[in-house]
Amino acid sequence: MEKIPILKLGEILLVSIQVDMHDRLAITLQDDLTARIVKDRARGVLIDISSLEMVDSFIGRMLGNIAAMSQALGAQTVVVGMRPAVAITIVELGLSMQNVRTALNVERGIEMLQRAVEESEEDTTHEPSGT
Amino acid sequence: MTKSTSRLNDILEKNEKEILDDWMREQLASGTLRKDLITESELRKQSAELLGLIINATRSGNVTEISGTEWKPVLDFLAATSKTRAAQGFSPVETATFIFSMKQPIFTRLKKEAGSNASVLADEIWVATVLTDKLGLFTAETYQKSREEIIRRQQMELLELSTPVIRIWEGILVLPLIGTLDSSRTQIVMETLLQNIVDTNSGIAIIDITGVPAVDTLVAQHLIKTVSAARLMGAQCIISGIRPQIAQTMVHLGVAFGDVVTKASLADALKYAFRQSGITVT
Repeated sequence: MEKIPILKLGEILLVSIQVDMHDRLAITLQDDLTARIVKDRARGVLIDISSLEMVDSFIGRMLGNIAAMSQALGAQTVVVGMRPAVAITIVELGLSMQNVRTALNVERGIEMLQRAVEESEEDTTHEPSGT
Repeated sequence: MTKSTSRLNDILEKNEKEILDDWMREQLASGTLRKDLITESELRKQSAELLGLIINATRSGNVTEISGTEWKPVLDFLAATSKTRAAQGFSPVETATFIFSMKQPIFTRLKKEAGSNASVLADEIWVATVLTDKLGLFTAETYQKSREEIIRRQQMELLELSTPVIRIWEGILVLPLIGTLDSSRTQIVMETLLQNIVDTNSGIAIIDITGVPAVDTLVAQHLIKTVSAARLMGAQCIISGIRPQIAQTMVHLGVAFGDVVTKASLADALKYAFRQSGITVT
């Protein structure tokens, strides 16, 4: 069964979607990713969709869901490299994706994530559990 | 039905020279000839060629069905002529008169040939009228089509001209919008802006609406769509150039740009963009 690889980069998990997403693949990704966030104690998730040419309402919602799930597990999500056509489709579908952070490319996405992680670290430094 | 009986071809062929002379006189006298656009000799050449082609076509015996193959050269010639006339700036009346002024000379000859036989004359005149009317209508239609073609082309050019995306600084794009925003234009604006964001790798886009005459709910919605799409790609949009009047209308209409950053002038927007991207100007 095909799977989307999840790479660990320090505190960040990098997911690069290189194939056409279909519904089953999306659900597998959700399962895998949430499991990995917990296992690797990741603080950020970066989803690169620069190769994704087609998007439907299900995939659009799935991206939003992944962001919300990661948030619940204490990791920030950034979606990077969305193509113009995909962006227009999502807007026309009426999916707001307000809770998803976006960046132009992987480089900027990582920068953004690191900043966000640092900020959240600062917030928690005074707590005894923070390491 | 008119195939065998009509003597139109005979009459035309016999009187070609006189008809041409009369026709020319008719065209010159009609007052619709544009001497500034076409010279008399050119017009004479065109008229002679057309008359020759018509005589050729009528020789087949088919004098009224201009959709037949024998009429193809005539129609091609008329299409080319009316196209050039449309491009040169002739009015529809002036273009149509070219054909319709042919009636009088032909009728005169028909009268002469038919002599006192009224019923033959009436038949022949009817055939000639049908023919000239058909040719005239064809000319008018082609003329109209060429004009529409010109309008369509200009519209396309206008669309291309009206959506320039300027890279004003590294990572900052400016999109000055001029004119009314409708759905088709917003689509082009959106596509150009998003493509430019990808191409130039810009994180901030300023949409300047100084040149947009009115902002109603529809325009605001179009703008919000563009901003949302840019945000999904990872670029921040700033809307600038909101005039006091427009701000008032927007509030009265209950239009809101939501959490989109809006500035009164392009200068303010640029300053904000600099601050966002950590650029300081001294």
